[in-house]
Amino acid sequence: MSTATYAIRLGDDCLILGQRLCEWAARAPELEEDVALLNIALDQLGAARTLLTYGGSFDGRDEDTLAFLRDEREFTNALLMELDNGDFGRTMARQLLVAAYQLPLWEALSSSADETLAGIAGKAVKEVAYHLDHASSWVIRLGDGTHESHTRMQVGLDEVWPYAFELFEVDAVLEDLVRAGVAADPSVLEQAWLATVSGVVKEATLELPSSDWRPTGGRAGRHTETFGYLLAELQHVHRSHPGASW
Amino acid sequence: MLWEVFVRSKRGLSHTHVGSLHAADAHLALRNARDLYTRRQEGVSIWVVPAADIVASSPDEKDAFFDPAGDKVYRHPTFYDVPEGLTHL
Repeated sequence: MSTATYAIRLGDDCLILGQRLCEWAARAPELEEDVALLNIALDQLGAARTLLTYGGSFDGRDEDTLAFLRDEREFTNALLMELDNGDFGRTMARQLLVAAYQLPLWEALSSSADETLAGIAGKAVKEVAYHLDHASSWVIRLGDGTHESHTRMQVGLDEVWPYAFELFEVDAVLEDLVRAGVAADPSVLEQAWLATVSGVVKEATLELPSSDWRPTGGRAGRHTETFGYLLAELQHVHRSHPGASW
Repeated sequence: MLWEVFVRSKRGLSHTHVGSLHAADAHLALRNARDLYTRRQEGVSIWVVPAADIVASSPDEKDAFFDPAGDKVYRHPTFYDVPEGLTHL
């Protein structure tokens, strides 16, 4: 795996999560939360743009080509990012799992041997620190809230939990990038991730899920059933009106 | 619960009222304020205050409160002539 593939994987993660979060526009529990979620979506989109621009620069594809003109099988985001939002509790569970991963990821990449990745990560690290604060606050508030909110928070966490482990998968070539100091070491990230998530889950009076089911395939382009609908919404304007601008 | 939001735009300036928002408690109010009112680099510090805790002058008392100041021009420094040759004022 090349640096390009690595950058595009990370960029796809941000792009697809940002797109999913956009579905909360005008539907969040309150107006203020609506803006908060969309701010986070925009942060993810901003990171996606720089990562895809960089990843595509190795073979001459620009960010629009990568975002709008690839088909489902060519997207390499982790499945966790594309999961349906579900209710607000499930979305917050997913946000917690993602932010607890992205924070140590961007921290580690801030000192990557690849200067461009280091620059991108340096900017993203402050943004995701706030994402983690936001998600943690809600998971604790809902988990340690009413019977109804506790139950739904636990269900949401149980549903998204198995998908998190794809983030820490290693293959031979990722190992090479780690050894070269370009990529972040997934096993180190997983330790930091688990420590953060465990602390929040405990404070929220929730249980860490015990399921050992480990769905995977996103990095190889095998996605969940609803991913095609997400892509259709993301891509149809660009495909219907090639080159349009405003 | 309604909160009033005050933002300091930069060091050395006062916090200025920028608007209000809804939040369940102070923790969320501060975060909502960050998301609603400092998205475009408007601030370096935020205060949130429960709207119910603000004691405000009543519109009914406007005449008694503010009109008496209207004809007291001598309260403005511009009312006074500055003596010629005065340099350190």
